[in-house]
Amino acid sequence: MLSLIDRRMGIFLAGLFLLTVAVPAGNLVLAGQPVPSYIVALLGKYLCYALLAVALDLVWGYCGILSLGHGAFFALGGYAMGMHLMREIGARGVYANPDLPDFMVFLGWQELPWFWHGFDMFGFALLMVLLVPGALAFVFGWFAFRSRVTGVYLSIITQAMTYALMLAFFRNEMGFGGNNGLTDFKDVLGFNLQADSTRAGLFVLSAIALAAGLLVAKAITSSKLGKVLIAIRDAESRTRFIGYRVEEYKLFVFVVSAMMAGVAGALYVPQVGIINPGEFSPANSIGIVIWVALGGRGTLVGAALGAILVSIAQTLFTSWFPELWLFALGGLFVFVTIFLPQGVLGLIESRFARRRKPAAAKEASA
Amino acid sequence: MSTQLLLDGVNRSFDGFKAINDLSLTVEKGELRAIIGPNGAGKTTMMDIITGKTRPDTGRVLWNQSVDLTRTDEAGSARLGIGRKFQKPTVFETQTVEDNIALALKEDRSVWATLFYRRSAEDTKRIGELLELVKLSHVADWMAGDLSHGQKQWLEIGMLMAQDPELLLVDEPAAGMTDAETMRTAELLRQIAGKHTVIVVEHDMDFVRALGCRVTVLHQGHVLAEGSLDHVSSNEQVIEVYLGR
Repeated sequence: MLSLIDRRMGIFLAGLFLLTVAVPAGNLVLAGQPVPSYIVALLGKYLCYALLAVALDLVWGYCGILSLGHGAFFALGGYAMGMHLMREIGARGVYANPDLPDFMVFLGWQELPWFWHGFDMFGFALLMVLLVPGALAFVFGWFAFRSRVTGVYLSIITQAMTYALMLAFFRNEMGFGGNNGLTDFKDVLGFNLQADSTRAGLFVLSAIALAAGLLVAKAITSSKLGKVLIAIRDAESRTRFIGYRVEEYKLFVFVVSAMMAGVAGALYVPQVGIINPGEFSPANSIGIVIWVALGGRGTLVGAALGAILVSIAQTLFTSWFPELWLFALGGLFVFVTIFLPQGVLGLIESRFARRRKPAAAKEASA
Repeated sequence: MSTQLLLDGVNRSFDGFKAINDLSLTVEKGELRAIIGPNGAGKTTMMDIITGKTRPDTGRVLWNQSVDLTRTDEAGSARLGIGRKFQKPTVFETQTVEDNIALALKEDRSVWATLFYRRSAEDTKRIGELLELVKLSHVADWMAGDLSHGQKQWLEIGMLMAQDPELLLVDEPAAGMTDAETMRTAELLRQIAGKHTVIVVEHDMDFVRALGCRVTVLHQGHVLAEGSLDHVSSNEQVIEVYLGR
């Protein structure tokens, strides 16, 4: 376990730990509330994005699978959690129906569709958070990897997958609230979602999930399987010819990554209070790729860092010059691709290495 | 001696072009065999068929007189004990030389076994021996991408040996090598043969002579002649094909 924490990971986890202590303390304990509540929710959201970026880095950075549909797994995890939160509203909805969520009553439905059963149980919902994205990734990956769809073609069909899901979830008949999605959540496990303490709790859970996701990804990538993944990324047919069934390895890592994205989505939804089909939009999935590329592909920590930095920039930019954000993001992406191929993390680390090296050289000559 | 590999009446065409035309070939266990032929003679397609990358249209491909190779994929043929070296050296460039060998080491290739794999002392010893064999011990912790062209060729041969295959398919190993490296490679392949079966596809006649083995000449997907190098190079048809008269 300890062997998984190298310098890079150690510094990041230490920073994350400090944040996890400081933010809830600043919000709940300290006098004058130096950390306002909206900041807690905002930071919690960033941590979910960071976990999503780690999930994508696992497949893209290490195995070369450029998924442009990872937002779909995130959204499915979010919907699974959202369905539980909807059921937990119970009779407190506008129409006061104890079983049917408001939107179903509004559509004139008489009974709960079969796929909504079980979501009243928190444990079942948690299982679905993992299973639904995992199962989709399994079925999708089974066909795609077995047929040896790679490169741009794979990216395009992952994009098509999330787009198709978006169109499906927009339809009212699908039974997921259509255009409006799922919202008006009241509480989770009896804790009021508007309460500061609940928000702080969700924030801490997001931080723990991010740390766990990083460690799981690190464990996978530092095992021999991780080396096989890199081998597949760099020379797929060579890997086949030394006897590895490439499609099995891709499928494994794709499913793990999808589940991780599902968990990120499930933690995201109670913090932002809504999940709608917009989360499936192809632009979201491309955004994740930009986070990972900016932060530093194939480093895990860099991906998390990229997601957080870009999200902070987005929040600031969209409040200052809302119409310029997409240009800024595009410009940033081009800049990083050309000048910082190792991403922000690569830049930071090479700076540190350069500073340490002259010092060491001086010592040697003295 | 028993038969390692048998190709019997194999045909394969791509868009009407017959890349392999009624090809029949037998290779004995432990044999060292050189396959020569002009460009487009079907050498690579033949290798693709043996390793399961390409399926023949008709014909039989038998491994150890029993296993049908037309039904396996690349990983399957590798697991049976067929190792393949490409013409252009392909190693895992962003991993160390040692890791390259470790990845090729004969082990359980399933996802779970690989995920929970722990390197044993025995494996470490075997990796050390292989690095010694291909003379790369001093660069074991280098990134494979930093090796010279010749060293990459050797690393790839080391990876082949790590698989401990019964049959090695070696595609133009001497391409891009210096004369000294070429001779060393020929010597290495001669060493390997006997314990393993080796099929070498080659253009370089000096190299083939240095191998000193039975030669098969391929032309238009068909065996044109077979025998010692002196025997086939005195064959009228072979001279015609090679010199284009």
